[in-house]
Order: sequence, then structure tokens, then C-alpha cells
Amino acid sequence: MKRRDFLKLAAAVSVAGCATAVPSKARVVVIGGGFGGATAAKYIRLWDPSIDVVLVERESSFTSCPISNLVLGGFSSMQEITTGYEGLRRHGVQVVRDNAVAVDAAKKTVRLARGGDIAYERLIVSPGIDFNFGEVQGFEAAMNAGRVLHAWKAGAQTVELRRQLEQMRDGGVYILSIPLAPYRCPPGPYERASMVAAYFKQAKPRSKVLVLDANPDVTSKAGLFKAAWKDLYPGILEYRGNAKAIGVDAASMTVKLEVEDVKGDVLNVVPPHRAGDIALNAGLITTNNRWCDIDWRTMESKKVPGIHVLGDATLSAPGMPKSGSMANNHAKIAAAAIIEQLKGRAAVPLQIINTCYSFVSQKEAIRVSSVHQWDAGQGTLIAVKGSGGISAARSETEGTFAWNWARTIWADSLA
Amino acid sequence: MRVFFLAAAVLAAFPVAAQDIQGRNLAAACAICHGTDGRVPAGAPVIPLAGLPRDHIATQMRAFRDGKRPATVMHQIAKGYTDPQIDALATWFAAQKR
Repeated sequence: MKRRDFLKLAAAVSVAGCATAVPSKARVVVIGGGFGGATAAKYIRLWDPSIDVVLVERESSFTSCPISNLVLGGFSSMQEITTGYEGLRRHGVQVVRDNAVAVDAAKKTVRLARGGDIAYERLIVSPGIDFNFGEVQGFEAAMNAGRVLHAWKAGAQTVELRRQLEQMRDGGVYILSIPLAPYRCPPGPYERASMVAAYFKQAKPRSKVLVLDANPDVTSKAGLFKAAWKDLYPGILEYRGNAKAIGVDAASMTVKLEVEDVKGDVLNVVPPHRAGDIALNAGLITTNNRWCDIDWRTMESKKVPGIHVLGDATLSAPGMPKSGSMANNHAKIAAAAIIEQLKGRAAVPLQIINTCYSFVSQKEAIRVSSVHQWDAGQGTLIAVKGSGGISAARSETEGTFAWNWARTIWADSLA
Repeated sequence: MRVFFLAAAVLAAFPVAAQDIQGRNLAAACAICHGTDGRVPAGAPVIPLAGLPRDHIATQMRAFRDGKRPATVMHQIAKGYTDPQIDALATWFAAQKR
């Protein structure tokens, strides 16, 4: 018997043998401090302060992907989209800055790059995405050289892409390459194209935004985006569907499509993604070598018991986008379920709401919303019939609500 | 008095009863726009739901759902909720401290 197991057993015995002993607390470990992981850590503490929560996060603060497109347009700042982890600490979450590199599901331990092993009773993995770089030949080398960026995780690449846009000559071409769905934030690329076009219109009016979309058409809020582009950015923004990037050449600043090569001055190529590395390392990926299938009543992995997977890493339920709103709501499903499971009770399914705003100009936004509920017959979450929809039109009012959503979800997840 | 303190201790240890968990879980989804427990900072463009009268919340939700009150988004969200769900939400938000 290992010493740790002995101590665990000793603790259990002391609780069973003596009514006045304080029972050892259940511990939940959360990997990843984004919209999913941060919210899960906070809500477990909020709803059951008797549970110990340890959050493992690589970065010292959270940088939001939502609103980061406004940073690229020059309409927001990195400071505005960054939130610290002090709020979670105030809820009693132990925030550990480290990198989770492996999970032993049999021993129920997480291996940290620096901090050794940490034991859990339930584990939450909210790793976001990583990229299948190999699907776009030459991309990884060009990215490492700082020449071609994805900026699809807000942070250093957001800052660098903004710098590239600022340095680009007037009359230059910015190319945005979008992977086949499913990818993180369906409307995100079209918002980004709009924000860069708004910047060019203001500062470099002879420049062009060229959108090369691997999908046949705009995948989200298509009518609203296209109306905005026609009204606001004629002659600036060009959209091409069925234009899948298969390679990049940084020396000639070329994006290689299946049938032609396209040259630009700033290349922003978003490669196809999959669940983040720790999901891969922990054996949680179930589908197409990319996503993690889970039970939508609990967010528990269908492959590895005791581990809950949240956010963009999940195999999406029908009609459910990979969004910050959804990751935040996934976290609440997991928090409620884990609290019940630790008490030996069955989890009750939650009904959740998605709302995604996209800016199409500095102040105007458009929106898509949906309500998702558990359907026992289909064994998944489905959109409630008759609910949800999109904005009637782009408006500054929606822009005001978009900013409210951003500030409120940052606080709901982290404060 | 001792009984009162004992009751308070028990409540603190088990803060949420079963019927409240339904309201709590439903309300959690609203927090992405209306704030944790229905509390938003002063000046926010959405209504702070915490501590609003129960009947007011329920009436407004039904008005959104039935198209009697115009909205940018709430008419689409409210259609996802049944009458008992609206009542559970309203009861829960009304019980939250402002």
C-alpha cells in the first residue's frame, strides 16, 4: 500500500469511527481557466462551499476571445479583454499556475509539469482547442517564424496580428482563411473580417479584406453579415466560399487553396482544430480524432468515468455552437451534477441558453440565441422548439447588449 | 434562541432545498447577461433580476414569450420556457438579495 492510499484510508476510518471528526473534504480538480473551467470552479464553490476546488491554469490571467476581434480593429484593448484570477481565489478556489500534462484516471491523479501529482475525486477538463497544424502545409513553421498567425486563441498572437495590420501598406490585402466547421466560435471569423474592414475603411481605404472560407457559405448569421458587408464595406471586403487552405508559403506570402494560390500582405490562417492537448493526453477524445463525447446531463466523458469535459473540446450537441456562452453553461451543468454525484445522488439535467453577439462595425452588432434542453429520447441536449433566433437587424442597441454580455459573462465566470 | 441558531447552522450546511435547486439551475443560464444570481453592476443596460417581485418577473417573461412586450432578444429566449419553469425562475430571482 502506498503512503497516500494509507493516509486516505486512515482518514476514512477516522471519520467512520468518530462522529465528531471533521470529514475530509471532497476535492474537484479543474484543468483550464477559460469560460468553462473558471465558471465550473466558481459555481461549485458558490453552490457547495464544503467542496475543495483546485484550478490548474497555465496563464496568470484570462484573455477573452470574445471582443478580441475588436482589439484587431483598434476598437478595444488587451487590457479590456483580460481578467485576473483573484475573483476565483475570493470564492475559495485554489488557483495553481501550472501545466497539466497527464491524467491517471485509475489512480485519480493529474500530473503537473512543475508541481508533481495532485489527487482528485472528480476531474473537470476544460482545455479549449489545439490545432491540427498538419492539415495546412507549412503553417506551423510560418507561425513559429511569426509570419503567419491564427490569433484564434486571444493573447500574444492577437497583439502581433494587430501590429501586422497597422504596419501593412495602404492598398495591401489581408487574407483570413477559415477552416471547415466545426470550429471555435462559428460567427467569429466573419466578425473578424468585419472589424478589419472597419479599420481599413477608417485608416487604409485602398486596402482589401479577402475571406477564404473552406465552408460553402457563411456558417452563422449569414444574411446579417452579408447585408452589413454590402452596406458598410463595398469594394473592401470580398468573400469566397469553398476556398479551403491546404498550405501556406511565408516566403511568397501565399495561401495555397486546392485549385489556386492567393497572395496577400497579411495572412491570417486559422487551421482546423480539435480538443486541447490534455484531452488528447488523457484519452478523452472519442470522435473523428478531434472531439470528446460526453453525457449532456453531467458533462461526464463517455469514455473515462469521473472526468467531465467542458466547452469547445466537446463533441457538440445538435445545433449547439462552440461558444463562450455554451462553455459557461456547460460548467453549470457539471457543477450541479458533481455536487449531486459527490452526495451519492443522481444529477438533474439543466436547461441552458446560448447567446452570441458579433460586431459588424465599431458600434453595431448582430446576435444569435438558442435554448437547449435535455431530451431523454434522443439522449442529448436539443434546441427547444420555437425558441431562439437572430437579430431583426444590425444595431447599436445590439452593440450595447453585446458589451453588456461580455462584461457580465467575464464577471459570471471569473468574479 | 438555541433552536434558532441550530436551524441557521443546518441551513448554512444545506443551503438549498430540492425545489430551490430547480430554480437555481434554471436561473444560472440567465447569468451570462443578467449576472451571477441576477445581480449586475449599476448602470448596466439589463434589468437586475435579484429581488424583483416574483409576479413581476413571471408576468414580464410571459409577456415576452407571448409577444406582448417587444424586445431585442427576450422574446426569443422566453419561448424556451414553460409556465412552471417561469414560475420557478421568478421565485428564485425574487428570493435573491439585491
